[in-house]
Amino acid sequence: MSEQVPKDLQYTKSHEWVRSLPNGEVEVGITDHAQSALGDLVFVEVPQVDRKLAAGEACAVVESVKAASDVYSPVAGRVVARNEALSQTPELLNSDPYGAGWLMRIELDAKTPVAALLGPGEYEQFLKESE
Amino acid sequence: MPFIPHTPDDIAHMLAVIGAPSIDALFDEIPAALKAKPLDGVPPALCEMDVARLITERAAGDGRLLNFIGAGAYEHHIPAPVWAIATRGEFYSAYTPYQAEASQGTLQLIYEFQSMICALTGMEAANASLYDGASALAEACLMAVRANRGSTSRRILMPRTVNPTYRKVVESITHQQGLELESVDFERTSGRISLDALREMSGEDCAALVVQQPNFFGNLEEVDALTDWAHANKVLLIAVVNPISLALLKPPGEWGEGLDGRWGADIVCGEGQPLGVPLASGGPYFGFMATRMQYVRQMPGRIVGRTLDLEGRPGFSLTLQAREQHIRRSKATSNICTNQGLMVTAATIYMSLLGAAGLASVATTSLTRTAELKAALERVGGVTSAFDAPRFHEAVVLLDRPVAPVLAMLAERGIAGGLDLAPSYPELGHALLVCATETKSHADIETYERALHAALATPHDVCGAA
Repeated sequence: MSEQVPKDLQYTKSHEWVRSLPNGEVEVGITDHAQSALGDLVFVEVPQVDRKLAAGEACAVVESVKAASDVYSPVAGRVVARNEALSQTPELLNSDPYGAGWLMRIELDAKTPVAALLGPGEYEQFLKESE
Repeated sequence: MPFIPHTPDDIAHMLAVIGAPSIDALFDEIPAALKAKPLDGVPPALCEMDVARLITERAAGDGRLLNFIGAGAYEHHIPAPVWAIATRGEFYSAYTPYQAEASQGTLQLIYEFQSMICALTGMEAANASLYDGASALAEACLMAVRANRGSTSRRILMPRTVNPTYRKVVESITHQQGLELESVDFERTSGRISLDALREMSGEDCAALVVQQPNFFGNLEEVDALTDWAHANKVLLIAVVNPISLALLKPPGEWGEGLDGRWGADIVCGEGQPLGVPLASGGPYFGFMATRMQYVRQMPGRIVGRTLDLEGRPGFSLTLQAREQHIRRSKATSNICTNQGLMVTAATIYMSLLGAAGLASVATTSLTRTAELKAALERVGGVTSAFDAPRFHEAVVLLDRPVAPVLAMLAERGIAGGLDLAPSYPELGHALLVCATETKSHADIETYERALHAALATPHDVCGAA
Protein backbone atom coordinates (compact mmCIF):
# COMPACT_ATOMS: atom_id res chain seq x y z
CA MET A 1 0.00 0.00 0.00
CA SER A 2 1.57 3.24 -1.02
CA GLU A 3 1.64 5.96 1.60
CA GLN A 4 0.44 9.42 0.73
CA VAL A 5 2.90 12.31 0.63
CA PRO A 6 0.94 15.44 -0.39
CA LYS A 7 2.87 17.82 -2.65
CA ASP A 8 1.89 21.02 -0.84
CA LEU A 9 3.52 20.15 2.53
CA GLN A 10 7.00 20.05 4.01
CA TYR A 11 8.34 17.17 6.13
CA THR A 12 10.87 16.08 8.76
CA LYS A 13 12.89 12.89 9.12
CA SER A 14 10.96 12.19 12.32
CA HIS A 15 7.76 12.00 10.18
CA GLU A 16 6.03 15.26 11.01
CA TRP A 17 4.43 17.38 8.29
CA VAL A 18 4.24 21.20 8.17
CA ARG A 19 1.61 23.25 6.31
CA SER A 20 2.11 26.98 5.78
CA LEU A 21 -1.15 28.85 6.49
CA PRO A 22 -2.10 32.13 4.76
CA ASN A 23 -1.68 34.11 8.02
CA GLY A 24 1.96 33.05 8.38
CA GLU A 25 1.32 30.41 11.02
CA VAL A 26 2.05 26.74 10.40
CA GLU A 27 -0.04 23.64 11.02
CA VAL A 28 1.73 20.47 12.18
CA GLY A 29 0.77 16.81 12.13
CA ILE A 30 2.24 13.36 11.66
CA THR A 31 2.53 11.71 8.25
CA ASP A 32 0.52 8.89 6.75
CA HIS A 33 3.65 6.74 7.06
CA ALA A 34 3.88 7.52 10.80
CA GLN A 35 0.23 6.74 11.56
CA SER A 36 0.40 3.53 9.55
CA ALA A 37 3.56 2.39 11.39
CA LEU A 38 2.00 3.14 14.79
CA GLY A 39 -1.28 1.35 14.11
CA ASP A 40 -4.60 2.18 15.77
CA LEU A 41 -4.12 5.29 17.90
CA VAL A 42 -5.84 5.31 21.28
CA PHE A 43 -4.53 8.52 22.82
CA VAL A 44 -3.00 11.78 21.66
CA GLU A 45 -1.53 14.40 23.94
CA VAL A 46 -1.06 17.83 22.36
CA PRO A 47 0.75 20.80 23.96
CA GLN A 48 -0.99 23.59 25.84
CA VAL A 49 -1.84 26.71 23.89
CA ASP A 50 0.77 29.45 24.45
CA ARG A 51 3.56 26.94 25.09
CA LYS A 52 6.83 28.10 23.50
CA LEU A 53 8.58 25.40 21.52
CA ALA A 54 12.14 25.05 20.26
CA ALA A 55 12.69 23.32 16.92
CA GLY A 56 13.19 19.62 17.59
CA GLU A 57 11.57 19.77 21.05
CA ALA A 58 9.36 16.84 22.04
CA CYS A 59 5.93 18.45 22.36
CA ALA A 60 3.22 15.84 21.80
CA VAL A 61 2.72 12.14 22.43
CA VAL A 62 0.86 9.72 20.18
CA GLU A 63 -0.04 6.40 21.72
CA SER A 64 -1.27 3.33 19.90
CA VAL A 65 -2.28 -0.02 21.32
CA LYS A 66 1.34 -1.16 21.03
CA ALA A 67 3.58 1.89 21.26
CA ALA A 68 3.87 5.48 22.37
CA SER A 69 5.98 7.99 20.45
CA ASP A 70 6.99 11.57 20.88
CA VAL A 71 6.20 14.15 18.24
CA TYR A 72 8.91 16.79 17.75
CA SER A 73 8.17 20.36 16.80
CA PRO A 74 9.55 20.96 13.30
CA VAL A 75 9.83 24.71 13.96
CA ALA A 76 10.46 27.15 16.78
CA GLY A 77 7.48 29.19 17.89
CA ARG A 78 4.42 29.48 20.10
CA VAL A 79 1.46 27.10 20.08
CA VAL A 80 -1.63 29.12 19.08
CA ALA A 81 -4.14 26.26 18.66
CA ARG A 82 -4.34 22.57 19.33
CA ASN A 83 -6.69 20.01 17.90
CA GLU A 84 -9.11 19.49 20.78
CA ALA A 85 -11.07 16.86 18.85
CA LEU A 86 -8.19 14.40 19.27
CA SER A 87 -8.79 13.95 23.00
CA GLN A 88 -12.10 12.21 22.26
CA THR A 89 -11.38 10.88 18.76
CA PRO A 90 -7.66 10.03 18.41
CA GLU A 91 -8.54 7.78 15.45
CA LEU A 92 -8.78 10.96 13.30
CA LEU A 93 -5.00 10.66 13.08
CA ASN A 94 -5.38 7.28 11.39
CA SER A 95 -8.26 8.18 9.10
CA ASP A 96 -7.17 11.68 7.99
CA PRO A 97 -3.55 12.39 9.02
CA TYR A 98 -3.19 15.45 6.78
CA GLY A 99 -6.62 16.95 7.50
CA ALA A 100 -8.85 16.40 10.53
CA GLY A 101 -5.91 14.69 12.29
CA TRP A 102 -3.76 17.86 12.56
CA LEU A 103 -2.07 18.28 15.97
CA MET A 104 -1.35 21.98 16.52
CA ARG A 105 -0.84 25.39 14.94
CA ILE A 106 2.32 27.34 15.68
CA GLU A 107 3.13 31.01 15.32
CA LEU A 108 6.73 31.07 14.12
CA ASP A 109 9.33 32.71 16.30
CA ALA A 110 10.50 35.67 14.21
CA LYS A 111 13.99 35.57 15.69
CA THR A 112 14.70 31.93 14.87
CA PRO A 113 15.30 31.02 11.24
CA VAL A 114 13.24 28.02 10.11
CA ALA A 115 15.48 24.96 9.90
CA ALA A 116 15.67 23.12 6.61
CA LEU A 117 12.63 20.89 6.14
CA LEU A 118 12.24 18.17 3.51
CA GLY A 119 10.22 18.75 0.34
CA PRO A 120 7.71 16.04 -0.68
CA GLY A 121 10.18 14.50 -3.14
CA GLU A 122 12.96 14.41 -0.57
CA TYR A 123 10.64 12.85 2.05
CA GLU A 124 9.50 10.15 -0.40
CA GLN A 125 13.14 9.42 -1.17
CA PHE A 126 13.88 9.28 2.58
CA LEU A 127 11.02 6.78 3.09
CA LYS A 128 12.36 4.60 0.26
CA GLU A 129 15.87 4.65 1.69
CA SER A 130 14.66 3.77 5.19
CA GLU A 131 12.67 0.75 4.04
CA MET B 1 28.72 -26.59 52.73
CA PRO B 2 27.81 -24.15 49.98
CA PHE B 3 26.08 -25.80 47.04
CA ILE B 4 28.31 -24.26 44.39
CA PRO B 5 29.54 -26.60 41.70
CA HIS B 6 33.10 -25.24 41.62
CA THR B 7 36.01 -27.35 42.82
CA PRO B 8 38.88 -25.63 44.66
CA ASP B 9 40.88 -26.10 41.42
CA ASP B 10 38.16 -24.32 39.37
CA ILE B 11 38.20 -21.42 41.80
CA ALA B 12 41.99 -21.14 41.88
CA HIS B 13 42.06 -21.20 38.08
CA MET B 14 39.43 -18.45 37.73
CA LEU B 15 41.11 -16.24 40.35
CA ALA B 16 44.45 -16.66 38.55
CA VAL B 17 42.88 -15.58 35.24
CA ILE B 18 41.46 -12.35 36.67
CA GLY B 19 44.45 -11.76 38.94
CA ALA B 20 42.57 -11.71 42.26
CA PRO B 21 44.26 -13.24 45.35
CA SER B 22 41.04 -14.61 46.88
CA ILE B 23 37.24 -14.58 46.54
CA ASP B 24 36.98 -12.21 49.51
CA ALA B 25 39.25 -9.76 47.67
CA LEU B 26 36.49 -9.39 45.06
CA PHE B 27 34.33 -7.74 47.75
CA ASP B 28 37.02 -5.36 48.99
CA GLU B 29 35.03 -2.23 48.19
CA ILE B 30 32.26 -3.13 50.64
CA PRO B 31 33.11 -1.40 53.94
CA ALA B 32 33.98 -3.94 56.65
CA ALA B 33 31.29 -2.55 58.94
CA LEU B 34 28.58 -3.58 56.46
CA LYS B 35 29.64 -7.20 56.04
CA ALA B 36 27.73 -9.95 57.83
CA LYS B 37 29.55 -11.24 60.87
CA PRO B 38 29.03 -14.29 63.05
CA LEU B 39 26.02 -13.74 65.34
CA ASP B 40 26.68 -13.16 69.03
CA GLY B 41 25.84 -16.21 71.08
CA VAL B 42 25.50 -18.55 68.11
CA PRO B 43 28.45 -20.92 68.23
CA PRO B 44 30.08 -21.92 64.94
CA ALA B 45 29.54 -25.33 63.40
CA LEU B 46 26.11 -26.22 64.83
CA CYS B 47 24.06 -28.65 62.78
CA GLU B 48 20.75 -27.46 61.31
CA MET B 49 18.65 -29.14 64.00
CA ASP B 50 20.67 -27.50 66.80
CA VAL B 51 20.47 -24.08 65.15
CA ALA B 52 16.69 -24.44 64.81
CA ARG B 53 16.37 -25.39 68.48
CA LEU B 54 18.57 -22.51 69.62
CA ILE B 55 16.72 -19.94 67.54
CA THR B 56 13.29 -21.20 68.64
CA GLU B 57 14.33 -20.88 72.29
CA ARG B 58 15.62 -17.37 71.71
CA ALA B 59 12.42 -16.33 69.93
CA ALA B 60 10.32 -17.67 72.79
CA GLY B 61 12.47 -15.63 75.19
CA ASP B 62 11.45 -12.42 73.40
CA GLY B 63 7.83 -13.06 74.29
CA ARG B 64 5.02 -11.24 72.54
CA LEU B 65 4.59 -7.70 73.73
CA LEU B 66 1.14 -6.21 74.15
CA ASN B 67 1.45 -3.78 71.25
CA PHE B 68 0.27 -0.15 71.34
CA ILE B 69 2.53 1.07 68.53
CA GLY B 70 0.95 2.26 65.27
CA ALA B 71 2.82 5.00 63.39
CA GLY B 72 2.19 3.56 59.94
CA ALA B 73 1.90 -0.18 60.59
CA TYR B 74 -1.20 -1.41 62.37
CA GLU B 75 -2.00 -4.63 64.20
CA HIS B 76 -5.44 -5.76 63.09
CA HIS B 77 -7.11 -9.13 63.44
CA ILE B 78 -6.59 -11.16 60.27
CA PRO B 79 -9.30 -13.82 59.83
CA ALA B 80 -7.75 -17.26 59.23
CA PRO B 81 -9.30 -17.74 55.77
CA VAL B 82 -7.36 -14.73 54.40
CA TRP B 83 -3.98 -16.44 54.29
CA ALA B 84 -5.45 -19.95 53.90
CA ILE B 85 -6.87 -18.75 50.56
CA ALA B 86 -3.99 -16.43 49.59
CA THR B 87 -1.45 -19.25 49.92
CA ARG B 88 -3.36 -21.70 47.72
CA GLY B 89 -1.29 -22.84 44.74
CA GLU B 90 -3.48 -20.87 42.31
CA PHE B 91 -2.62 -17.57 44.02
CA TYR B 92 0.74 -18.18 45.67
CA SER B 93 3.06 -15.98 43.64
CA ALA B 94 4.75 -12.69 44.41
CA TYR B 95 4.22 -11.00 41.05
CA THR B 96 1.92 -10.19 38.20
CA PRO B 97 2.70 -13.13 35.92
CA TYR B 98 4.87 -12.39 32.90
CA GLN B 99 2.39 -14.00 30.53
CA ALA B 100 -0.28 -12.02 32.28
CA GLU B 101 -3.32 -12.79 30.12
CA ALA B 102 -2.77 -16.54 30.51
CA SER B 103 -3.61 -16.10 34.21
CA GLN B 104 -7.16 -14.78 34.03
CA GLY B 105 -7.86 -15.59 37.69
CA THR B 106 -4.92 -13.50 38.90
CA LEU B 107 -5.90 -10.62 36.63
CA GLN B 108 -9.50 -10.76 37.81
CA LEU B 109 -8.35 -10.62 41.42
CA ILE B 110 -6.20 -7.55 40.70
CA TYR B 111 -9.13 -5.96 38.83
CA GLU B 112 -11.37 -6.54 41.86
CA PHE B 113 -8.65 -5.07 44.09
CA GLN B 114 -8.45 -1.94 41.91
CA SER B 115 -12.25 -1.63 42.01
CA MET B 116 -12.28 -1.89 45.82
CA ILE B 117 -9.55 0.77 46.14
CA CYS B 118 -11.60 3.04 43.85
CA ALA B 119 -14.70 2.44 45.96
CA LEU B 120 -12.84 3.23 49.21
CA THR B 121 -11.08 6.34 47.90
CA GLY B 122 -13.84 7.72 45.69
CA MET B 123 -11.46 7.84 42.72
CA GLU B 124 -11.89 6.66 39.12
CA ALA B 125 -8.84 4.48 38.47
CA ALA B 126 -6.43 2.53 40.67
CA ASN B 127 -3.26 0.63 39.83
CA ALA B 128 -2.34 -2.95 40.71
CA SER B 129 -0.30 -1.71 43.75
CA LEU B 130 3.20 -0.46 44.54
CA TYR B 131 5.88 -1.55 47.03
CA ASP B 132 4.66 0.23 50.16
CA GLY B 133 3.00 3.40 51.39
CA ALA B 134 6.20 5.47 51.50
CA SER B 135 7.35 4.65 47.98
CA ALA B 136 3.76 5.07 46.74
CA LEU B 137 3.90 8.66 48.05
CA ALA B 138 7.21 9.24 46.25
CA GLU B 139 5.63 7.96 43.03
CA ALA B 140 2.61 10.19 43.66
CA CYS B 141 4.87 13.25 43.97
CA LEU B 142 6.66 12.39 40.69
CA MET B 143 3.27 11.80 39.06
CA ALA B 144 1.94 15.16 40.26
CA VAL B 145 4.88 16.97 38.66
CA ARG B 146 4.13 15.22 35.35
CA ALA B 147 0.39 15.70 35.61
CA ASN B 148 0.14 19.33 36.72
CA ARG B 149 -0.21 21.05 33.35
CA GLY B 150 -0.90 24.38 35.00
CA SER B 151 2.58 24.51 36.52
CA THR B 152 6.13 23.64 35.50
CA SER B 153 7.22 23.69 39.15
CA ARG B 154 8.95 20.69 40.74
CA ARG B 155 8.11 21.88 44.27
CA ILE B 156 6.00 19.70 46.53
CA LEU B 157 4.47 21.05 49.75
CA MET B 158 5.19 18.36 52.34
CA PRO B 159 3.63 19.18 55.73
CA ARG B 160 5.36 18.04 58.91
CA THR B 161 2.20 16.13 59.86
CA VAL B 162 3.10 13.56 57.17
CA ASN B 163 4.80 10.39 58.48
CA PRO B 164 8.49 11.36 58.97
CA THR B 165 9.66 8.05 57.48
CA TYR B 166 7.58 8.71 54.37
CA ARG B 167 9.13 12.16 54.07
CA LYS B 168 12.63 10.64 54.18
CA VAL B 169 11.78 8.01 51.58
CA VAL B 170 10.24 10.64 49.28
CA GLU B 171 13.37 12.77 49.65
CA SER B 172 15.62 9.77 48.81
CA ILE B 173 13.62 8.75 45.74
CA THR B 174 12.82 12.18 44.30
CA HIS B 175 15.91 14.26 45.17
CA GLN B 176 17.95 13.02 42.21
CA GLN B 177 14.99 13.78 39.94
CA GLY B 178 15.07 17.42 40.92
CA LEU B 179 11.98 17.56 43.13
CA GLU B 180 12.03 20.10 45.92
CA LEU B 181 10.16 19.30 49.14
CA GLU B 182 8.93 22.31 51.04
CA SER B 183 7.97 21.82 54.67
CA VAL B 184 4.67 23.20 56.02
CA ASP B 185 4.37 23.63 59.80
CA PHE B 186 1.54 22.45 62.04
CA GLU B 187 -0.50 24.21 64.71
CA ARG B 188 0.77 23.29 68.16
CA THR B 189 -2.67 23.22 69.77
CA SER B 190 -4.47 21.08 67.20
CA GLY B 191 -1.61 19.05 65.70
CA ARG B 192 -2.89 19.77 62.20
CA ILE B 193 -1.50 21.54 59.14
CA SER B 194 -1.43 25.27 59.78
CA LEU B 195 -3.80 26.84 57.26
CA ASP B 196 -2.20 30.20 58.07
CA ALA B 197 1.25 28.88 57.09
CA LEU B 198 -0.27 27.51 53.91
CA ARG B 199 -2.11 30.74 53.04
CA GLU B 200 1.21 32.59 53.19
CA MET B 201 2.25 30.42 50.26
CA SER B 202 -0.82 31.29 48.17
CA GLY B 203 0.10 32.24 44.63
CA GLU B 204 3.49 30.53 44.73
CA ASP B 205 4.21 28.06 41.95
CA CYS B 206 3.98 24.50 43.32
CA ALA B 207 3.11 21.18 41.73
CA ALA B 208 1.31 19.54 44.64
CA LEU B 209 0.29 19.60 48.30
CA VAL B 210 0.48 16.36 50.30
CA VAL B 211 -2.19 15.79 52.95
CA GLN B 212 -2.08 12.72 55.19
CA GLN B 213 -5.49 11.81 56.63
CA PRO B 214 -5.51 10.86 59.44
CA ASN B 215 -2.13 12.53 59.88
CA PHE B 216 0.93 11.04 61.58
CA PHE B 217 -0.35 12.16 65.00
CA GLY B 218 -3.68 10.44 64.34
CA ASN B 219 -5.43 13.82 63.99
CA LEU B 220 -7.97 14.57 61.29
CA GLU B 221 -6.81 17.34 58.96
CA GLU B 222 -9.20 20.01 57.66
CA VAL B 223 -9.23 18.27 54.29
CA ASP B 224 -12.02 20.33 52.70
CA ALA B 225 -10.25 23.65 53.28
CA LEU B 226 -6.90 22.18 52.26
CA THR B 227 -8.28 20.75 49.03
CA ASP B 228 -9.98 24.01 48.08
CA TRP B 229 -6.79 25.95 48.84
CA ALA B 230 -4.82 23.59 46.59
CA HIS B 231 -7.21 23.91 43.67
CA ALA B 232 -7.51 27.67 44.05
CA ASN B 233 -3.73 27.85 43.73
CA LYS B 234 -3.42 25.43 40.76
CA VAL B 235 -1.77 22.89 43.05
CA LEU B 236 -2.64 19.20 42.77
CA LEU B 237 -3.74 17.53 45.99
CA ILE B 238 -2.08 14.23 46.97
CA ALA B 239 -3.96 12.38 49.70
CA VAL B 240 -2.16 9.79 51.86
CA VAL B 241 -4.83 7.71 53.55
CA ASN B 242 -5.28 4.74 55.86
CA PRO B 243 -7.65 2.41 53.98
CA ILE B 244 -9.35 1.21 57.17
CA SER B 245 -10.23 4.80 58.11
CA LEU B 246 -12.04 5.25 54.79
CA ALA B 247 -14.82 2.99 56.06
CA LEU B 248 -15.80 5.97 58.26
CA LEU B 249 -14.22 9.10 56.79
CA LYS B 250 -15.18 11.07 53.70
CA PRO B 251 -13.39 9.52 50.67
CA PRO B 252 -10.63 11.77 49.26
CA GLY B 253 -12.50 11.89 45.94
CA GLU B 254 -15.13 14.03 47.72
CA TRP B 255 -12.85 16.37 49.69
CA GLY B 256 -13.45 20.09 49.32
CA GLU B 257 -16.48 22.25 48.65
CA GLY B 258 -15.81 22.17 44.92
CA LEU B 259 -14.17 25.00 43.09
CA ASP B 260 -14.88 25.70 39.41
CA GLY B 261 -16.35 22.21 39.24
CA ARG B 262 -13.14 20.73 40.68
CA TRP B 263 -13.20 18.93 43.97
CA GLY B 264 -11.55 16.03 45.64
CA ALA B 265 -7.98 14.82 45.75
CA ASP B 266 -6.17 14.39 42.44
CA ILE B 267 -3.98 11.47 43.53
CA VAL B 268 -4.64 9.15 46.46
CA CYS B 269 -2.04 6.75 47.85
CA GLY B 270 -1.31 4.89 51.05
CA GLU B 271 -0.08 1.85 52.87
CA GLY B 272 -2.16 -1.28 52.34
CA GLN B 273 -0.76 -3.27 55.28
CA PRO B 274 -3.79 -2.76 57.58
CA LEU B 275 -5.89 -4.78 55.08
CA GLY B 276 -4.92 -8.29 56.14
CA VAL B 277 -1.13 -8.11 55.98
CA PRO B 278 0.72 -9.09 59.20
CA LEU B 279 3.15 -6.63 60.85
CA ALA B 280 6.03 -9.05 60.13
CA SER B 281 8.83 -6.77 61.40
CA GLY B 282 8.10 -4.16 58.73
CA GLY B 283 7.34 -5.98 55.49
CA PRO B 284 6.58 -7.02 52.89
CA TYR B 285 3.69 -4.56 52.75
CA PHE B 286 2.09 -2.94 49.72
CA GLY B 287 1.26 0.55 48.53
CA PHE B 288 -1.86 1.54 46.66
CA MET B 289 -2.58 4.43 44.32
CA ALA B 290 -5.65 5.85 42.63
CA THR B 291 -6.40 8.91 40.53
CA ARG B 292 -8.88 10.56 38.19
CA MET B 293 -9.28 9.36 34.60
CA GLN B 294 -7.78 12.63 33.31
CA TYR B 295 -4.45 11.71 34.94
CA VAL B 296 -4.52 7.95 34.37
CA ARG B 297 -1.76 8.02 31.75
CA GLN B 298 0.56 9.64 34.28
CA MET B 299 -0.05 6.93 36.88
CA PRO B 300 2.86 4.52 37.42
CA GLY B 301 2.58 0.76 37.74
CA ARG B 302 0.48 -1.96 36.22
CA ILE B 303 -3.22 -1.56 35.54
CA VAL B 304 -5.60 -4.43 34.81
CA GLY B 305 -8.58 -3.67 32.59
CA ARG B 306 -11.77 -5.56 31.77
CA THR B 307 -12.41 -6.25 28.12
CA LEU B 308 -14.19 -8.55 25.66
CA ASP B 309 -12.48 -11.24 23.62
CA LEU B 310 -13.12 -11.98 19.92
CA GLU B 311 -16.21 -14.00 20.78
CA GLY B 312 -17.58 -11.22 22.98
CA ARG B 313 -16.82 -12.96 26.26
CA PRO B 314 -15.58 -10.84 29.18
CA GLY B 315 -11.92 -11.15 30.10
CA PHE B 316 -9.09 -9.23 31.74
CA SER B 317 -5.86 -7.84 30.35
CA LEU B 318 -3.06 -5.50 31.32
CA THR B 319 -3.94 -2.11 29.92
CA LEU B 320 -2.37 1.30 29.24
CA GLN B 321 1.00 -0.41 28.94
CA ALA B 322 2.30 2.31 26.62
CA ARG B 323 3.10 4.26 29.85
CA GLU B 324 5.38 1.52 31.03
CA GLN B 325 9.08 0.89 30.88
CA HIS B 326 9.06 -2.10 28.51
CA ILE B 327 7.37 0.07 25.84
CA ARG B 328 8.06 3.69 26.69
CA ARG B 329 11.70 3.07 27.68
CA SER B 330 13.39 6.10 29.24
CA LYS B 331 10.18 8.13 29.07
CA ALA B 332 8.11 5.63 31.06
CA THR B 333 6.06 7.11 33.90
CA SER B 334 8.15 5.13 36.41
CA ASN B 335 10.52 2.20 36.72
CA ILE B 336 7.78 0.32 38.57
CA CYS B 337 6.83 -2.57 36.29
CA THR B 338 5.44 -4.92 38.87
CA ASN B 339 3.18 -5.00 41.89
CA GLN B 340 2.95 -6.67 45.30
CA GLY B 341 0.80 -9.51 44.00
CA LEU B 342 0.66 -11.73 47.06
CA MET B 343 -0.04 -8.92 49.53
CA VAL B 344 -2.76 -7.60 47.21
CA THR B 345 -4.26 -11.08 47.06
CA ALA B 346 -4.50 -11.17 50.85
CA ALA B 347 -5.92 -7.63 51.00
CA THR B 348 -8.56 -8.38 48.36
CA ILE B 349 -9.65 -11.49 50.25
CA TYR B 350 -9.64 -9.52 53.53
CA MET B 351 -11.86 -6.78 52.08
CA SER B 352 -14.18 -9.35 50.45
CA LEU B 353 -14.61 -11.28 53.70
CA LEU B 354 -15.21 -8.22 55.85
CA GLY B 355 -17.33 -6.28 53.41
CA ALA B 356 -18.28 -2.65 53.95
CA ALA B 357 -19.97 -3.34 57.30
CA GLY B 358 -17.01 -5.38 58.57
CA LEU B 359 -14.50 -2.68 57.63
CA ALA B 360 -16.65 -0.04 59.30
CA SER B 361 -16.81 -2.18 62.42
CA VAL B 362 -13.00 -2.55 62.51
CA ALA B 363 -12.63 1.20 62.05
CA THR B 364 -15.23 2.12 64.68
CA THR B 365 -13.86 -0.29 67.27
CA SER B 366 -10.30 0.96 66.69
CA LEU B 367 -11.41 4.57 67.03
CA THR B 368 -13.33 3.82 70.23
CA ARG B 369 -10.50 1.80 71.79
CA THR B 370 -8.00 4.58 71.09
CA ALA B 371 -10.32 7.12 72.71
CA GLU B 372 -10.55 4.81 75.72
CA LEU B 373 -6.77 4.35 75.78
CA LYS B 374 -6.17 8.09 75.59
CA ALA B 375 -8.59 8.74 78.45
CA ALA B 376 -7.06 5.94 80.53
CA LEU B 377 -3.48 7.18 80.05
CA GLU B 378 -4.46 10.78 80.83
CA ARG B 379 -5.85 9.60 84.17
CA VAL B 380 -2.27 8.67 85.11
CA GLY B 381 -0.46 11.44 87.01
CA GLY B 382 2.17 13.12 84.81
CA VAL B 383 0.32 12.45 81.54
CA THR B 384 -1.47 15.16 79.56
CA SER B 385 -3.14 15.48 76.18
CA ALA B 386 -1.04 16.93 73.34
CA PHE B 387 -3.65 18.05 70.82
CA ASP B 388 -7.33 19.00 70.76
CA ALA B 389 -8.23 17.99 67.17
CA PRO B 390 -10.60 15.11 66.32
CA ARG B 391 -8.76 11.81 65.85
CA PHE B 392 -8.99 8.39 64.27
CA HIS B 393 -7.16 5.51 65.97
CA GLU B 394 -3.95 7.15 67.20
CA ALA B 395 -3.24 9.85 69.75
CA VAL B 396 -0.31 11.80 71.18
CA VAL B 397 0.09 12.14 74.95
CA LEU B 398 2.73 14.18 76.77
CA LEU B 399 4.72 12.70 79.66
CA ASP B 400 6.38 14.63 82.47
CA ARG B 401 9.77 13.08 81.64
CA PRO B 402 11.70 11.66 78.65
CA VAL B 403 9.76 8.91 76.87
CA ALA B 404 12.52 6.41 76.00
CA PRO B 405 13.27 5.21 79.56
CA VAL B 406 9.54 4.92 80.29
CA LEU B 407 9.06 2.75 77.19
CA ALA B 408 11.94 0.55 78.39
CA MET B 409 10.21 0.06 81.75
CA LEU B 410 6.91 -0.76 80.00
CA ALA B 411 8.71 -3.29 77.79
CA GLU B 412 9.94 -5.06 80.92
CA ARG B 413 6.27 -5.47 81.84
CA GLY B 414 5.50 -6.92 78.41
CA ILE B 415 4.07 -3.78 76.85
CA ALA B 416 5.16 -2.02 73.66
CA GLY B 417 3.89 1.36 74.82
CA GLY B 418 4.02 3.43 71.64
CA LEU B 419 6.44 5.50 69.59
CA ASP B 420 8.74 8.12 71.14
CA LEU B 421 8.23 11.25 69.03
CA ALA B 422 11.30 13.10 70.39
CA PRO B 423 13.67 12.11 67.55
CA SER B 424 11.29 13.40 64.84
CA TYR B 425 9.47 16.18 66.74
CA PRO B 426 11.80 17.56 69.45
CA GLU B 427 9.61 20.68 69.72
CA LEU B 428 6.78 18.61 71.20
CA GLY B 429 8.81 17.71 74.28
CA HIS B 430 8.19 14.31 75.85
CA ALA B 431 5.57 13.18 73.34
CA LEU B 432 4.38 9.62 72.93
CA LEU B 433 2.30 8.35 69.98
CA VAL B 434 -0.07 5.53 70.95
CA CYS B 435 -2.54 3.38 69.04
CA ALA B 436 -5.19 0.85 70.00
CA THR B 437 -6.93 -1.18 67.30
CA GLU B 438 -9.81 -3.64 67.67
CA THR B 439 -7.21 -6.20 68.84
CA LYS B 440 -6.90 -4.42 72.24
CA SER B 441 -9.47 -5.32 74.88
CA HIS B 442 -10.65 -3.15 77.77
CA ALA B 443 -8.48 -5.35 80.00
CA ASP B 444 -5.42 -4.70 77.78
CA ILE B 445 -5.98 -0.96 78.13
CA GLU B 446 -6.27 -1.26 81.92
CA THR B 447 -3.05 -3.29 81.94
CA TYR B 448 -1.29 -0.48 80.10
CA GLU B 449 -2.76 2.18 82.39
CA ARG B 450 -1.54 0.33 85.51
CA ALA B 451 1.93 -0.27 84.02
CA LEU B 452 2.28 3.39 83.05
CA HIS B 453 1.11 4.44 86.50
CA ALA B 454 3.83 2.25 88.05
CA ALA B 455 6.48 3.54 85.65
CA LEU B 456 5.66 7.19 86.31
CA ALA B 457 5.38 6.65 90.06
CA THR B 458 9.12 5.94 89.99
CA PRO B 459 11.13 9.13 90.65
CA HIS B 460 12.55 10.75 87.51
CA ASP B 461 16.19 10.00 88.26
CA VAL B 462 15.55 6.25 88.46
CA CYS B 463 14.20 6.53 84.92
CA GLY B 464 17.43 8.12 83.86
CA ALA B 465 15.87 11.54 83.28
CA ALA B 466 18.16 14.52 83.53
